[in-house]
Amino acid sequence: MYGLGVLKGLGVTLKQFLISYKDDLAWMGKGGRYYNEEALLQRQSLEGEGVSTVFYPEEKLPTPERFRFIPFLVTDDPAPGQKWGHDWCTSCGICSKVCPPQCIWIKRGTQPNGRPKPEPEEFYIDIDICMNCGLCAEFCPFDAIKMDHDYELASYDRTTAHIHDIERLSKPLSYWQSIAPKKAAAEAAAREFSEQAKARKKSREKDADEDRIADAIARQLAYRGLLY
Amino acid sequence: MTEATKKVVEGEGGQVIYSSPPEQALNHVKQAFPEGLEDDARDGYEGIIVDADKLLEVARYLRDEAGFNYLSSITGVDLIEEGKLEAVYHVYSINNGGGPVVMKVQTDRENPVIPSLTSLWPGADFQEREAYDMMGIKFEGHPDLRRILTWDGFYGHPLRKDWTEPFYEEEHKPFGSRWPGGDVLRSEEEIIYGKNVQYPPGWVPTGEEYDVETEVYTGLTISREATPGLKTDKVTVNLGPQHPSTHGVFRMAITLDGETVLGLKPVMGYLHRNHEKIGERNTFIMNMPYTDRLDYLSSMSNNFGYALTVENLLDMEVTERAEWIRILMAELTRICNHLWAVGFLLNDLGALQTPMLYNYIEREMILDFFEATAGSRMMCNYFRFGGVAYDLPDDLRGKEIYAWLDELVNDRLPAILEQGDELVTGNEIVRARSIGVGYLSPEDAIAYSTSGPVLRASGVAYDIRRAEPYSFYEHLDFDVAVRYNGDVYDRYRIRIDEMRQSLRILRQVIPYLRETHGGPIVPTKPQYALRAPRTGESYGRVEAPKGELGYYVTAKRRDANPQRYHVRAPSFINLTALEKMCLGHKVADTVAILGSIDIVLGEVDR
Repeated sequence: MYGLGVLKGLGVTLKQFLISYKDDLAWMGKGGRYYNEEALLQRQSLEGEGVSTVFYPEEKLPTPERFRFIPFLVTDDPAPGQKWGHDWCTSCGICSKVCPPQCIWIKRGTQPNGRPKPEPEEFYIDIDICMNCGLCAEFCPFDAIKMDHDYELASYDRTTAHIHDIERLSKPLSYWQSIAPKKAAAEAAAREFSEQAKARKKSREKDADEDRIADAIARQLAYRGLLY
Repeated sequence: MTEATKKVVEGEGGQVIYSSPPEQALNHVKQAFPEGLEDDARDGYEGIIVDADKLLEVARYLRDEAGFNYLSSITGVDLIEEGKLEAVYHVYSINNGGGPVVMKVQTDRENPVIPSLTSLWPGADFQEREAYDMMGIKFEGHPDLRRILTWDGFYGHPLRKDWTEPFYEEEHKPFGSRWPGGDVLRSEEEIIYGKNVQYPPGWVPTGEEYDVETEVYTGLTISREATPGLKTDKVTVNLGPQHPSTHGVFRMAITLDGETVLGLKPVMGYLHRNHEKIGERNTFIMNMPYTDRLDYLSSMSNNFGYALTVENLLDMEVTERAEWIRILMAELTRICNHLWAVGFLLNDLGALQTPMLYNYIEREMILDFFEATAGSRMMCNYFRFGGVAYDLPDDLRGKEIYAWLDELVNDRLPAILEQGDELVTGNEIVRARSIGVGYLSPEDAIAYSTSGPVLRASGVAYDIRRAEPYSFYEHLDFDVAVRYNGDVYDRYRIRIDEMRQSLRILRQVIPYLRETHGGPIVPTKPQYALRAPRTGESYGRVEAPKGELGYYVTAKRRDANPQRYHVRAPSFINLTALEKMCLGHKVADTVAILGSIDIVLGEVDR
């Protein structure tokens, strides 16, 4: 029968229309369905029905821990009265070597005697080039570079604002712990584990190859699999 | 013919199709052609090297006698050290499945001429044009040998090893300027624009060279008896590149008689960024995030194909849990992609936005899962050689992850599929717009090298997950979706069928994921400085949502970068059949037909 398809379609639209008010009623006495974090979470879950829109920027979706947007450098939390903490970066250059679009520039520091100093003199990331792949954070052996969650980086002038230097990049460890608590805890555990393994290795004879491999695998598992 | 080859199909008109596995076929080819071809004896390489003048005969024998009737991929390779260019052909058997017969033809680098295979396989058309554009190989007998990805008037052939791009720094990454003395400078400050662009020797601009578009239109003004009794003119119009229905910056130059399409030429390359050259500059691991950007709607599948290819080259094992996670991701990506494709196709058919937006609500759920697992919704960069980057997250939106997946796969996705199917599939407008439109016969679908849903909607049950199983697909129970009418309607329905099959696969995969919970997801700690343990080539292919996605990678021993990196992009090659499907239809139907192929320009233009 002609016209049946139209009626069916309108039926679905009508159903959707009515459902979109269901949540309004449900959240009426509990602060309303919009601009309400609890309601937003429910709206975005698998149980969500009706309107699933997020009213950005008033509402924002929670970013998952692994979310990645432009790297930053991890430093120690600054001591009271100081602006900067100690930078974890040792300027080993792995991040700049693994970076696919080659957006990381590191100037390695030198000690007065001319030998390389394990901290960067300068560190630049061109965020116009960065493709947010996260390989730098993945391969950094010192957990010194991490992917940020701050995606609101619009600026008026790219030539002056889009090459991030070490000051712009450095963020304290507490920030990393706040945006990725589980991941940060897993990394801390893995670091501790490897410290212990090192200490044990020092106290043992050097032919303990099997122990060493077991340690490496255990660390690997702790870091990659079971935790995060 | 020896007894070893078995007769499989007796076609109409006494035509007999024989089929045999690749080695058998190669043996027969060698028997049939005692001269003119030899084994590829290079270490790590496979297949045969055919003399250029014998190529057509050998190819015809392969197609007609040996049953290798599907020309999947043509790759140009620059062997600069030997002063040669090479074309690599991967030919498959549709009837028997299994691996490829690899044919190679070598030619002089200065005057490279190879006979064209377009007379045997019209699907060779775009791929030969690509090899001509990128490598400069002239295919003799090609009906329309023009540049395809770069513009007419471009100087040089970008994938030759001695060609350098503007802002060229070094042959391979990582670049020496980054560390330890990293002084940042924008590339445009470092190399003033234009300084590094190549011009023909002695070239002085006159202003006339900008009129390079004429060749696009040659052949489009077809003489045909105009409608009897009416004086009508044929018009050539451009649909795109800035047109919402072309799904990106795709352009079709169409000759119309009234509203009827008389000729159509796809014009592409507006999004060309020389992905393959970038891939050859990159190290193996660096290239993973670049593959995300090919078909940006299904980055997990792109990762999958690339990971398989390089794992084969580097002789790496994949852990069990990682395999299950990979299949989970690949099938979710397929659903994701088809939800999008079906939504857009309906959009093109006039069901503006509404079905599309309903589909997107569910697609968002899958993307949420990708974001929580891989860190990014679309540019996932999730696969690593030997496994995946991270394990599944513990929970998502306040729900334990396996419970979340269960609910998604068993409740949400089937519900939206059934709703869409019930509402749209039987709708008379959709049926009137799509049934019988854009017909592609099974013979043509094979000859035009189409793959994926386009091939299967034409009645050819060819799915790489079954034909040449990779990963753990052989342990899974699913059907190859196939439809027989080869029109837009069937290409729509086959996507619905495929989503149902994907859900079937997902339901089987989730228990395995629970079982392997906590297992290793990579065999060893991932390395950033991988080096090829052997010289050789590797071709890996996966059944991506849009069709056969293949990667051809060659490397030298101890090199950290691929020597040659080629992508067989399914939507690029599926476009070869576009003109065939559109001829004789109305101009409004071309939009629907294009939508039914489901292209993504990131992959077409590469």
